[in-house]
Amino acid sequence: MPFAKALRCRECGREYPLEPLHVCEFCFGPLEVSYDYETMHRNITRETIERGPNSVWRYADFLPCDPEYAVDINAGFTPLIRAKNLGEHLGLKHLYVKNDCANPTWSFKDRVVTVAATRARQFGFQTLACASTGNLANSVSAHAARAGLDAYVFIPSDLERGKIVGSSIYGATLVAVDGNYDDVNRLCSELADTYPWAFVNINMRPYYAEGSKTLAYEVAEQLGWRAPEHVVVPMASGSLYVKIWKGLQEMARLWLIDSVQTKMSGAQARGCSPIVTAAEAGTMNIRPVRPNTIAKSLAIGNPADGYYALQVMQESGGHAVASEDGEIVAGITLLAESEGIFAETAGGVVIAGLTKLAREGKIAPDELTVAYITGGGLKTQEAIEGALAEPLHVEPTIASFEASVQRQGLALSGNR
Amino acid sequence: MAKQRVKFTFPQELITLPIIYELGKQFSIVTNVRRADVTEDRGWVVLEMDGPMEEIERSLEWVAAKGVRVDPVPGDIVEG
Repeated sequence: MPFAKALRCRECGREYPLEPLHVCEFCFGPLEVSYDYETMHRNITRETIERGPNSVWRYADFLPCDPEYAVDINAGFTPLIRAKNLGEHLGLKHLYVKNDCANPTWSFKDRVVTVAATRARQFGFQTLACASTGNLANSVSAHAARAGLDAYVFIPSDLERGKIVGSSIYGATLVAVDGNYDDVNRLCSELADTYPWAFVNINMRPYYAEGSKTLAYEVAEQLGWRAPEHVVVPMASGSLYVKIWKGLQEMARLWLIDSVQTKMSGAQARGCSPIVTAAEAGTMNIRPVRPNTIAKSLAIGNPADGYYALQVMQESGGHAVASEDGEIVAGITLLAESEGIFAETAGGVVIAGLTKLAREGKIAPDELTVAYITGGGLKTQEAIEGALAEPLHVEPTIASFEASVQRQGLALSGNR
Repeated sequence: MAKQRVKFTFPQELITLPIIYELGKQFSIVTNVRRADVTEDRGWVVLEMDGPMEEIERSLEWVAAKGVRVDPVPGDIVEG
């Protein structure tokens, strides 16, 4: 907290005090937190970080809130796994998977919401709110419960029942909104102007988004204080992708790692790929789309940070990659069968994209590559229904079991 | 009186039409453009609308019916 100094407009550069603001009053551009990097450089070392807790709060000095107010359900410091099996399959010798399914509500949203909830408590808000189809809603509800704040979660009225349970269990008030996505967006934008609530991704957005930087810090630290050479990141609004780049740049600026040569590749589902489509067309203009994909957690048709994501892609030399729904399902099963990680559809998008980039030679076999898996698969089981083998049905006899195995052409390995 | 900040995204076929001018003529709304980017094949405008809330809502329905996409300034708010 002592190092965050202002909110700065990403378009016109005007500065504002650290208040619950999200757009520039002059040009309506998005605001971003800026820091006093000189003082940070004098105070932060690898050792000070390593002495911190095994959660995102070990990077509290890089976050725009006071850890004294921390709303902490132990988000972050998730495993970085050397993916030897998947790497062999794809011809990549140094492949790692950052497994953010291991967060308290099973997605990376806990990183951003812990920061937004902390800042909201510091501001004195009594109510935490969001509009979400799943992961964000779960995390806001859990953090509000932990903080003793009221929670209002807005969902589209046609959302599946299973996705509601993961939020309502924490005691949040769920509001099902009749109308299409644009209607829900507009309502929540108006509510944020009407009620004194902390809408995590509206008036808390500059603070919320900073939580994503911890995915860069952790990977660099877990790799022995160095930046990866290539990363594959899922893109929805583009915020996570942009903030991972910002996090790596900050670490280099503070001399915690050497200079960053990371190629930032971004993955989307073809059924909602406004950023990839713009990159493929060689334009910086994002054309909003109406999402139509199983990857609901990435289904943002009008990505707020799309333009900035395209800038990072150009600057870093990364690639844009989109996958069809069938490829996404194949990506989910490939990751599960090769590395024992059951990811949600966004993870399938990343693995499908990684597969394409490796096959096309856009990731070199020797590159130290990290694939970001941002959420657990139990939440999106309907996406893979029909793609998995049915269980063998047998009588409770060895003969029936062996006959069934034989019918399936399976091998019975090992001897007594 | 109310104020609302919105983003209009124009498809190619509407780029050359004076839709914001017409909006100001047809409704009791003051429009105030803050940022914009228009190219040959697409365009967007971020603006503030000032007027009675009902009139703002009617004018936004009119703009959307023309084929212009209307979004809140921060982009999509419903997240995964």
